[in-house]
Amino acid sequence: MSDPIQKVSIIVSKGSLEGVYPALIMANGARAEGIEANLFFTFFGLDVVHRSTIDHIKVATVGNPGLHLATMAGGLPGVSSVMTHYLEKKMEKLDIPPIHEFVEMIADTGAGIYACKASTDLFELAKDDLIEQVMDIITVGEFYAMAAGGEIIFT
Amino acid sequence: MPIANYAGTAVTLNDEGFFEDPSQWTEAMAPEIARAQGVDELTEPHWQVIKFMRTEYTEKGTGPTVRVLGKTSGVSVKELYQLFPKGPAKMAAKIAGIPKPRGCI
Repeated sequence: MSDPIQKVSIIVSKGSLEGVYPALIMANGARAEGIEANLFFTFFGLDVVHRSTIDHIKVATVGNPGLHLATMAGGLPGVSSVMTHYLEKKMEKLDIPPIHEFVEMIADTGAGIYACKASTDLFELAKDDLIEQVMDIITVGEFYAMAAGGEIIFT
Repeated sequence: MPIANYAGTAVTLNDEGFFEDPSQWTEAMAPEIARAQGVDELTEPHWQVIKFMRTEYTEKGTGPTVRVLGKTSGVSVKELYQLFPKGPAKMAAKIAGIPKPRGCI
């Protein structure tokens, strides 16, 4: 058997519901296996740790062929909200926590939660704009130092 | 299949170290399994989780995930990871002599 994974560093660069959940599930799952985990939110992924957007993450209904919905239909007002609501209901039945609660839970598992400095500069965000679970705003160099010796996953 | 000796009794484990037959488990074995997992002493909250694992397994045929443990065992997720640092559901299941819980959340 191969050596078990000891540490994962997961980069979240997307701000859509389907872009965010896989990373959260992988981080939480890593901790459940006793694997050290760090989450690094960059670019639109910052929406997940931004106080005013964390509760409004939506499914991308345009440019998302996996949804099997005509692009023009996906672009109609409200379609993204309806689709998000539908998925959230399904996830609730499976006891998959809403994003905000999930991030809080992942912080409680001892995983590190960080925001990317280049992105917070770009979107003009300060630490106060971010949820309290964010431990720090770090540079890419600091990220690599933190990720050393482990696996890096980009989502 | 590996055979282990806990509290003077031989038990069958699977390759990951979980009990093949949960009925072979007794409470007396728990401290010994825990020590092998790096938990030197089983405190009251440890036992609360272990007993909860056993009850859930008996009732549902499968052990709870960390998410379920955090919501229903009376021990918070934060505390669960302090008690069982290498993964609460996995470690507690091993110590409680039940199969590894399957679940993604």
